[in-house]
Amino acid sequence: MKGLSENLAFDYSMPKTLLIKLSGDWHISAGLLSESEVAGQLASHPDLVRINFSVKEDLKWDSGLIAFLFKLIKECEQKKIQVAREGLPQEMQKLLVLALKVHENVALPSKAHQSFLAAIGEKVVRMDESLRRALDFLGDISVSGVRLISGKVYFRWDDFYLLVKRCGVDTLLLVSLISLLVGMILAFVASIQLKMFGAQIYIADIVGIAMVRVLSAVMTGVIVSGRIGASFAAELGMMQANEEIDALKTLGLSPVEFLVLPRVLALVLMMPILTVYADLMAILGGFLISIWMFHLNSLEYLNHTHIAVKLSYVWIGLVHSFVFGVIIAVAGCLRGIECKRNAAGVGNAATSAVVTAITGIVIATAIITFICQVLGV
Amino acid sequence: MDRMLQPVIEVKDLDVGYDDYAVLKDLRFAVNKGDIFIVMGVSGCGKSTLLKSMIGLKAPSRGKVLFYGKSFWDEDENGQLNMMRRCGVLYQSGALWSSMTVAENVALPLQLYTKLSKQQIREMVALKLSLVGLEGHEEFFPSDMSGGMCKRVSLARAISLDPDIIFFDEPSAGLDPINARKLDDLILELRDGLGATIVIVTHELASIFAIGNNSVFLDEASKTMIATGDPKKLLADSKDPRVMRFLTRGQN
Repeated sequence: MKGLSENLAFDYSMPKTLLIKLSGDWHISAGLLSESEVAGQLASHPDLVRINFSVKEDLKWDSGLIAFLFKLIKECEQKKIQVAREGLPQEMQKLLVLALKVHENVALPSKAHQSFLAAIGEKVVRMDESLRRALDFLGDISVSGVRLISGKVYFRWDDFYLLVKRCGVDTLLLVSLISLLVGMILAFVASIQLKMFGAQIYIADIVGIAMVRVLSAVMTGVIVSGRIGASFAAELGMMQANEEIDALKTLGLSPVEFLVLPRVLALVLMMPILTVYADLMAILGGFLISIWMFHLNSLEYLNHTHIAVKLSYVWIGLVHSFVFGVIIAVAGCLRGIECKRNAAGVGNAATSAVVTAITGIVIATAIITFICQVLGV
Repeated sequence: MDRMLQPVIEVKDLDVGYDDYAVLKDLRFAVNKGDIFIVMGVSGCGKSTLLKSMIGLKAPSRGKVLFYGKSFWDEDENGQLNMMRRCGVLYQSGALWSSMTVAENVALPLQLYTKLSKQQIREMVALKLSLVGLEGHEEFFPSDMSGGMCKRVSLARAISLDPDIIFFDEPSAGLDPINARKLDDLILELRDGLGATIVIVTHELASIFAIGNNSVFLDEASKTMIATGDPKKLLADSKDPRVMRFLTRGQN
């Protein structure tokens, strides 16, 4: 900062007094002067009791100079050196008075800095709390469901139909595309091993069983958690931030009954339908690849699929989809209701809803698969 | 930083609207250097739309808003950035970035538009926060603070680059009378200290009379300005019943 230090001159002509002469351009664009320039002067003259200022006519300044003076005055306060500001321009004096004014601030709780490991440890310890909250929330939804059946809930059917459309029809195109492609990919992968034995016709069995039993439900679950779960969290999060949920509570309406229950019901209703649709699209994908790429007989392929896919597999797929529907809806709504009241909170709620839902889907799949294995279905 | 009577903003034959719908039309007024200029009128009269037009967020349908003789919409990208750098805006809600700390909120304009080092930016942030009375609050997030504190942080961010013009959208909204008065005093002190020109959109009569020295009154029905000048003089001299009804809280 050579340029700025040239704008500063020191005069010791008066005893125990330093006169700082300011001149030139002190705008922020020229940078800030290093503290050591003046600190060195203060250190080399320990008998200083007063600092005066004078300014030249060519002085141009903004808060870059104020920042320098602010720091200097604070340092002089500690060293019991009196700083006389009379030689500074009026505007500068006003800003310094404002900056040095002692304000009556409300004390905010101090921020405790937490190490990375401590933060992970705390998250692990709090996992059971998070699980308990999720189970409590699920319990509240179940109670609301019972109250709905007994006609004690104010339920807006118009909202429900719109949600059903959003969860079902609006998601259909995405489910079609992904399921069709997954069916095709599975057929390609299966063919690698099967063509070595000339048994490519068994592509039909592999695609049919894998998709109908579990994969269609999982893929649909992943799509729906990204599309619908995140939107539930963001929507309820914004309602939380805008105090709309508080407004419901003050009217005596339960947010779970009014907002969560319709979303859970709509998703639980649509997930099995979407999954059956995804089954058909995946089988179509495998069928198209087998006919076009591997020149299999179309009737034979369909016949193999018909024999391989038992009705019990369809039921297993439907059980998966029902459980996934509950997981996605509960994760989305819970994260939305727990959302902090700011924009970052809404973003975090949406992200957390998707992560929670997909983790839940994988864990639920493992559990259901294990149970099916034990039961022999 | 000497203050002379020179127009900083000139609004010339301005029409502003959305698509074919005109919100305001035929506006003509000037804001002079050092003014505390009040844009006032009843709710829905287009005050905030006019503000958006003045800060370059909304293009006029007709006419011009000139900053030091230059129109924002006639400038190239660099010219527009230079103009934006000379303006600070305090939004009604504070509009602090909630994922950033107080210090990061105030530091961002300095990081974008100056070549200061990290340490120098920290010093500038400490100064700006001291100016608004929030020294030592650097590490807090906006969600930790009250509405009044958020407004002051937002003001610190607005003045971080020493703007020539500071725009305030309803600065007293949501504040209690004591904090509203404190904010008014702070606006006056910053105007005197920074030598800035202040434009305030408000309908808070106490603030209008306490700090305003020039104003424009927008009328909802005619969609244009129906009075301009010192609010205290308007209260004393205006013959227009709409202006008098507003300035006397509906008593005249």
